[in-house]
Amino acid sequence: MPFVNKGFHARRPTDGAHKLPPGQYETQDFPVLTAGPTPRIPLVNWEFRLEGLVESPAKWTWNEFNALPMQSFNPDIHCVTKWSKFNTKWRGVSLDTLLEHVQLKPEAKFVMAFSYGGYTTNLPLADLRDGKAFIGLEYEGKPLAPEHGGPARLVVPHLYFWKSAKWVQGLRFMADDEPGFWEDNGYSMHGDPWKEERYRADDEPTLDNARFRL
Amino acid sequence: MSRLDWQLATVTAIRPETPRVKTFVLTLPQWTPHRAGQHYDLRLTAPDGYQAERSYSVASPPEQTGEIELTVELIDEGEVSGYLFDGVAVGDQLEVRGPIGGYFVWPAGATDAPLLLVGGGSGVVPLMAMLRHRQRAGLRNPTALLFSVRTPEEVIYKQELEALAAADPTFKLLITYTRQAPAGWAGYQRRLDAAMLAEAVAQLPGAPQCYVCGPTGLVETAATLLQAQGLPDAAIRTERFGPTGS
Repeated sequence: MPFVNKGFHARRPTDGAHKLPPGQYETQDFPVLTAGPTPRIPLVNWEFRLEGLVESPAKWTWNEFNALPMQSFNPDIHCVTKWSKFNTKWRGVSLDTLLEHVQLKPEAKFVMAFSYGGYTTNLPLADLRDGKAFIGLEYEGKPLAPEHGGPARLVVPHLYFWKSAKWVQGLRFMADDEPGFWEDNGYSMHGDPWKEERYRADDEPTLDNARFRL
Repeated sequence: MSRLDWQLATVTAIRPETPRVKTFVLTLPQWTPHRAGQHYDLRLTAPDGYQAERSYSVASPPEQTGEIELTVELIDEGEVSGYLFDGVAVGDQLEVRGPIGGYFVWPAGATDAPLLLVGGGSGVVPLMAMLRHRQRAGLRNPTALLFSVRTPEEVIYKQELEALAAADPTFKLLITYTRQAPAGWAGYQRRLDAAMLAEAVAQLPGAPQCYVCGPTGLVETAATLLQAQGLPDAAIRTERFGPTGS
């Protein structure tokens, strides 16, 4: 019989139109979580790159990037620290739009997102396609604030939000999966909140996961 | 069993730290040594199957084997902290898994390097695990804790911190009271600022490894000011408690 905490019950009814993944709770705030200081990136120096397993790399300056077709996105987002926020309002460039600018090599299966300040996070390429991911430039009608990842942030709302790399500088396409920053510190290689893939020990067992499964 | 499977811990003691903060001592059937700064996830299950999870930093050092101490702040409307405060007694069981987190941990390199800890409110909890580990392991690297609190009654671990500072000349305790200081207080009575961070760094004989934990505003301020002191980003590790960290 599953364990029950006697006398415990849900205190926060959630909006019926939205669903919470297991173990998450709804917040109205937008908490900030970062491993180190917030980098400040002058827009004149900013550039965004697609590199790695592509026939020829692509890069954009800030002005070039802002000339790309923009879309609005209103995803629910889920942080591994347990908060979820419903119906967030973004504008940005779909990854599908960016991928039209490069010819991927057939062996490209994974992506390392890399950021100003040195942050990295890994994702399967399939999780970035078909309208599932974008580069966010505006949040709630304003330029994205530095503490939330501005000037530009990768947003992959169907995965835990640490995969949505703040201060994103580019994407490197790879044949094999490699751990990024939090993944190398014990967090899941994939991070699907609906499967509660929080930590490496929650992932399917692999040789590389052995050290996280003592 | 995997290290991160859920396990049923038993509450063996509950200690009030401040009017809104309690420490829960949990005995674990599968205890593994943690690194100071790591956290555990705690899960509550209602009779209808509803579950709520939160992460809590471990306050105890890894030398305290077989059990962990979680120091929890009562959050307004907090469904987990509210239950822990009102619904949990010694002898009760709680589901936890951990230890978790590999970055906001000390030591993370040389144990003789200077160490600067900056905490706001309950952000002191993982820093306390570092100080307790440092003491229990007999380490004497030059260390300072700059601790920002609103009022005297909100100083978590006050007696232990003062005793540690009195007994260990290599540890400096710097408290700043941002709302109300004790009578006769000669120390800081303001929010963290550039001069305060510079003085904290100057307590130490060389560039420190820094750990900053607290509410987002405090962490942003402290990390930016430490950068301005010329410390490299890699020497500044942060952990932020949002206002919803219930």
